[in-house]
Amino acid sequence: MSATIDYLLHLADNALVLGQRNAEWCGHGPILEEDIALANVSLDLIGQARLLYQLVATLKGGNTTEDRLAYFRDAGEFRNYTLLELPHHGPLSGYAQSSLDYGTTIVRNFLYSALMALLWEALEKSANTDLAAIAAKSLKEVRYHLRHSRDWLLRLGDGTDESHARSQAALDHLFPYTQEFWVSSPAESAAIEAGIGVDLQTIKADWDGIVDAALAEATLQRPVAEGYVSEGKKGLHSEHLGFLLADMQSLARAHPNGNW
Amino acid sequence: MTASIDAAWAALEDLADPEIPVISLRDLGILRDVRLGADGLEVVITPTYSGCPAMGQIEDDVKSTLLAKGIAARVVTQLAPAWTTDWMTEAGKAKLHAYGIAPPHQTPAGSNVVRFIARPAKVETVPCPRCGSGHTVESSHFGSTACKALYKCLDCQEPFDYFKPY
Repeated sequence: MSATIDYLLHLADNALVLGQRNAEWCGHGPILEEDIALANVSLDLIGQARLLYQLVATLKGGNTTEDRLAYFRDAGEFRNYTLLELPHHGPLSGYAQSSLDYGTTIVRNFLYSALMALLWEALEKSANTDLAAIAAKSLKEVRYHLRHSRDWLLRLGDGTDESHARSQAALDHLFPYTQEFWVSSPAESAAIEAGIGVDLQTIKADWDGIVDAALAEATLQRPVAEGYVSEGKKGLHSEHLGFLLADMQSLARAHPNGNW
Repeated sequence: MTASIDAAWAALEDLADPEIPVISLRDLGILRDVRLGADGLEVVITPTYSGCPAMGQIEDDVKSTLLAKGIAARVVTQLAPAWTTDWMTEAGKAKLHAYGIAPPHQTPAGSNVVRFIARPAKVETVPCPRCGSGHTVESSHFGSTACKALYKCLDCQEPFDYFKPY
């Protein structure tokens, strides 16, 4: 039971944190269509997170609700990949031009969507039938997200010198964080053992294939993923998650019994 | 009891979708079933997209429509099998078209954009719902609601929504 809950929270937190991050573009998109696109992607991700939190709430029972899980847990209790909580830019130094870099947003969405398109497909066979149903639903959505981010990756990578340089820089910055995908956390291992979760090693070759093909078409160089392996899924986060949560949770915490 | 199931179906027959009021929930394929559960009548609905913000409204609409006819029922949300635009009725597609929204194509069997390398060889043309021209172009993957994409007709110059095959 606890293995299931931990695994579901990992999946849910991934969706919620990236959904919240992407939603920061709302009203700030580089063009109107992309403003709407990112808000739509966020809507899907937050919808997926809700389904998973509702399932966790049912399993936990008591007074646990989806809102409690989203709004009243602190950073250390979140189990999302570090990749998903990073801001929309690389390291800022010198004359930083902008804290919102669309190349970073697109690269991150592409790397994550490529993973989830494979993971949700594999989770359709999960021993937990509720999770399998959520996976089947989410798979359709993430395939569309992958199409969207892949299209933009090609446009930026194989675009102007400026867009190429910025998307390559975003890729160089973010790619090392994908190492976290491939090292199972104790929660994942337990879920795999129970037949509920999926060993990501089994989909790594397919992920590499999707990434390599897209990068080649986008004329981008695949960086070597090495160095520090992030551990967000074990609750060890970057400083950025706290700020993201403060933004997201402050209203609910100011009105702890609020209903709408 | 069959009578009350029939009565519930009849009451819900024309209940419109809150976002796209020209089409009924039944035509959209959101209204899946009316059945007899352990605690009485159950109406089964399924979300189009996980994050569809209209689901709460749809649940309320179903309940109040039935109550107005004196039918008490519980609304059950069911995820599996996942909703597909293939469940949309032909009548529903015609209504969308008349409203100015291009209806979805059939989803190709086993379609999988995950393993694609290049673009699909044949991109489906989406005829303009206003002038019928096939000379249209996608301006955005995403449109005014989760279920639509934005297109533009290159002949009559009108932008229009396309209900995404899903």
